Amino acid sequence: MARTSARPGRTVTVFFIGLALAYVLVAVVGTWKPALGLDLEGGTQITLTAKGSVSKDNLNEAANIIDSRVNGSGVTEAAVTTQGNNQIVVQIPGNTSNNLIQTVVRQAQLRFRLVAQVAPTTPTPTPPAPSSSPTTGLPVPPTSTPKAQKSGQPKAKQSKQTGKNRPPALLGKKNLAPDTKKKNKNKPSNKPSQSPTQSPTQGAAPTSTSEVTYTAQNQQAFQDALTWQTSPDPQSVAVYNAFTCPAKTPVVDDPTIPLVTCSQDVDPNTGQYTKYLLSPALIEGTSITSASAGIPQNQVQWAVNLQLDGKGSDEQRRLSQAMAGDQSKTFAIVLDGKVISAPFFQGVIAGGTSQITGNFTEDEAKSLATSLKYGALPITFDKSKQTIQQIGPSLAGDQLTAGITAGIAGLLLVMIYCLFYYRGLGLVVIASLLVAGATTYAMVLLLAKTAGFTLTLPGIAGLIVAVGITADSFIVFFERIRDEMRSGKSMRVAVEAGWVRARATCVAADSVSILAAVVLYIFAAGVVKGFAFALGLSTVIDLAVFFWFTHPMVSWLARFPFFYKGHKLSGLDAENLGLDRLPAGGRA
Amino acid sequence: MGKFSRLGNDLYTGRKSIDFVGRTRLWYTISGLIIVAAILGLYFRGLNFGLEFRGGAQFTVSMDSSQVTQDNADKLRNAVADTGIPSTQQVVVTTAGRNSILIETEPLTPVESVQVQNTIEQTVNVTKADISTDEIGPSWGKEVAKRSIIGLIVFLILVVLLIWGYFRQWKMSVAAIVALAHDLIITIGIYALSGFEVTPATVTGVLTILGFSLYDTVVVFDKVRENTKNLRASHMTYAEAANLAVNQTLVRSINTSIVALIPVGAILYVGAVQLGSGALKDLALALFVGMAAGAYSSIFIATPLLAHMKSREADVQELEKRLKARRRHEVDRYASVPTYTDDMPITSDPDAAPAAGREEAPAAARTGGNRPTPNTDPTGRGRVAPQPRGPVRPSSSSGRVQPTRQSRSKRGKK
Repeated sequence: MARTSARPGRTVTVFFIGLALAYVLVAVVGTWKPALGLDLEGGTQITLTAKGSVSKDNLNEAANIIDSRVNGSGVTEAAVTTQGNNQIVVQIPGNTSNNLIQTVVRQAQLRFRLVAQVAPTTPTPTPPAPSSSPTTGLPVPPTSTPKAQKSGQPKAKQSKQTGKNRPPALLGKKNLAPDTKKKNKNKPSNKPSQSPTQSPTQGAAPTSTSEVTYTAQNQQAFQDALTWQTSPDPQSVAVYNAFTCPAKTPVVDDPTIPLVTCSQDVDPNTGQYTKYLLSPALIEGTSITSASAGIPQNQVQWAVNLQLDGKGSDEQRRLSQAMAGDQSKTFAIVLDGKVISAPFFQGVIAGGTSQITGNFTEDEAKSLATSLKYGALPITFDKSKQTIQQIGPSLAGDQLTAGITAGIAGLLLVMIYCLFYYRGLGLVVIASLLVAGATTYAMVLLLAKTAGFTLTLPGIAGLIVAVGITADSFIVFFERIRDEMRSGKSMRVAVEAGWVRARATCVAADSVSILAAVVLYIFAAGVVKGFAFALGLSTVIDLAVFFWFTHPMVSWLARFPFFYKGHKLSGLDAENLGLDRLPAGGRA
Repeated sequence: MGKFSRLGNDLYTGRKSIDFVGRTRLWYTISGLIIVAAILGLYFRGLNFGLEFRGGAQFTVSMDSSQVTQDNADKLRNAVADTGIPSTQQVVVTTAGRNSILIETEPLTPVESVQVQNTIEQTVNVTKADISTDEIGPSWGKEVAKRSIIGLIVFLILVVLLIWGYFRQWKMSVAAIVALAHDLIITIGIYALSGFEVTPATVTGVLTILGFSLYDTVVVFDKVRENTKNLRASHMTYAEAANLAVNQTLVRSINTSIVALIPVGAILYVGAVQLGSGALKDLALALFVGMAAGAYSSIFIATPLLAHMKSREADVQELEKRLKARRRHEVDRYASVPTYTDDMPITSDPDAAPAAGREEAPAAARTGGNRPTPNTDPTGRGRVAPQPRGPVRPSSSSGRVQPTRQSRSKRGKK
């Protein structure tokens, strides 16, 4: 600190350059008005209606998960409530992007399955018979097993070959595609006797997995997913063959049985959807401990990085040991019943890290990561009953103006008091408060853009209150200087001695505040999180201003005879200190 | 102002001193009474939880898009709040979409619900068919409360560790936490007694107190530590040093409280008196009470409690006794020297003399001898007191070769 005190001007200059840079950033970002919260400006209200009947617990759990998702970084201060017994109302401040709505609504059921068979299908209209039956799992009744087995087996082999030669954009695939299609067309002829009787029952209740009847023998078949991958049971293959993409009704994803489903997007090279026959889920989305979006090294596409817990990473290591290096053996990452990517293992993965690549934009990747991070929703929502509307502010307009007027009046009183009590030094308090205010405003603007920080009325009140706490560090400092002068030091010496002591006190006291902010931010949810953020922000700004503005300013002022000689208005004259005579300084 | 400054100087030097630490019983009694009142209020009246915690009723008023304005929303808010139903005091009214206004209140009985509907009809000219009633759940469910409480507990544990790590005295941690609990109970009790509604804004306010109360206590404790660092040299007991610290930081405490309370007071005034309801009032009340209590407790509770706990420590007690003996000695340096009278018998056997040297001692004892007898009763408890001065400490230069001044003839010739 000796150096700082020697050149107080430099510190202040650097500080102001930093502040100016912050405002340049604000100018680049281009918003000069802070983002206001729900209570002050209103926002978007999304009403979600659950499909079917759901229990109160599930609804509450879903509301909690959605709350975590929208408040991901915790400063948006969105409100999530349940309504009636099957609705969730989400209120998000400001205008909401489509991605945010996706983040909220997405069920985010992620599962890892092994790919047994894969084939591209054109997204052309498909014959009615297969399209009505394809939804869930594998609805083949045991009676058909022998027949399907005979016809299924050779097909399975062929498809497997397609799988084997299948680097994603190979031309050969196109050649094979019609092949499989033809076989698909064969399929209905294979079981016309079943489809009329079966499809109605299935179409009626596509969400129920109990419809699927697996014989004990067949269940045995997919118990060991790795063997099943190379030789899937005929029942499953039959359903797979009958399946076309895109599915007309959403696929029901039951983790305990094999799944036939489509890729989420069309293959950019062929313009076709890909259909998959997948093993039962091996790693569940509940094993994900964290998810983040990022660009992997040496790549340009955004990806979502996943970290699995102990159980998930053990399973992943086991699979990768068995499958590593074999490009024909792929696994699929299934999100809400659709395959988002089907990579193969390049080597053994031990650390439990995983990556989902796809054609993500930055926003999509971030949205998906946020959805995954807070777990899957226990319920699904009816898209047709989803409503999105703009809502107005919940607080009367007079509350904001009244709050701000009161705050400004309070601040003026504080300034008058400081001037009255500290006189010349009071100017330093006022200047410091103004600088702190300017810094806070810049930060609020920047954070509104980068982290979605919104100002609610309690937030504004909190910032006004923070003024009191900020001013306290100055008061501690000045009282220290006066104490040092009372014990016989000249002003210039007293400033430095007082600074050392006041610094220790303020750092100790402020670290308690910062601790409070950090802990509450990590553990709490909702409004408390937003508050913790504001508290931490104002405390850090307090320290920054105290170190880089107030102290250099006082050191600098101590060079003027007005102060060190104890002018009557400097606040440091003998009478003000309660001394009879001012201690003489070196130059005094 | 000059007088106040003069007071600051006097407090600093200790010329004027307010006995904060000595009158512990008084402060404990005052705080105890307030806390008992707070707990009784909490027990009998309970907290008035708001819409966000309990859920409630929602009225959706459909109307023409030209009517869905902020003005109409404000009108509805005032009208519904004026119905006199307690549950509608904290009504939340928002415009929703192009052609509806949402009105949310705390749970209503069917009769009250009809009353609110009638009010809505009269205020904005709609029919019953345009109003739909719904039940809404709390946005601050158990989960949020649970997580906040976990956060609070973790914070308290860490803060105990932090204060202990900084001051190296776990007793300071304990005193700070007791002061914090004191502030929180008083604030929550005031909410119970005043019947103000507990909203998320209140929770925010209470959490602010958490930081502020500890902040205040740490500032005072920092001075206490500074003053008690070298008690031997300053000839003060721990309690006296702590008291001096409180007195020295008193001016700062008063100034800080004024500076912090002025803006909060302004917001409270506007929120409670001018607006009458809303988030401002809830937040400002919690802050005002909590900050005032925080300033009070750091002076009147935390420091006396610390000194109280410290006074049980062996070395603090020993120092106290030693100082007592020393001060007694200083008041009358010759107290233990017997007064001589003419033809006083002189005994040759000092051991025969009973241990007494006082005026009021029996005459037989006084005749015992003229040898100065040690003062055996400095603490008033009849025990042998330690020496007024501690044992001689080894000098800081011991163990090193000291420069010696040789006689002139032996010094090096130049």
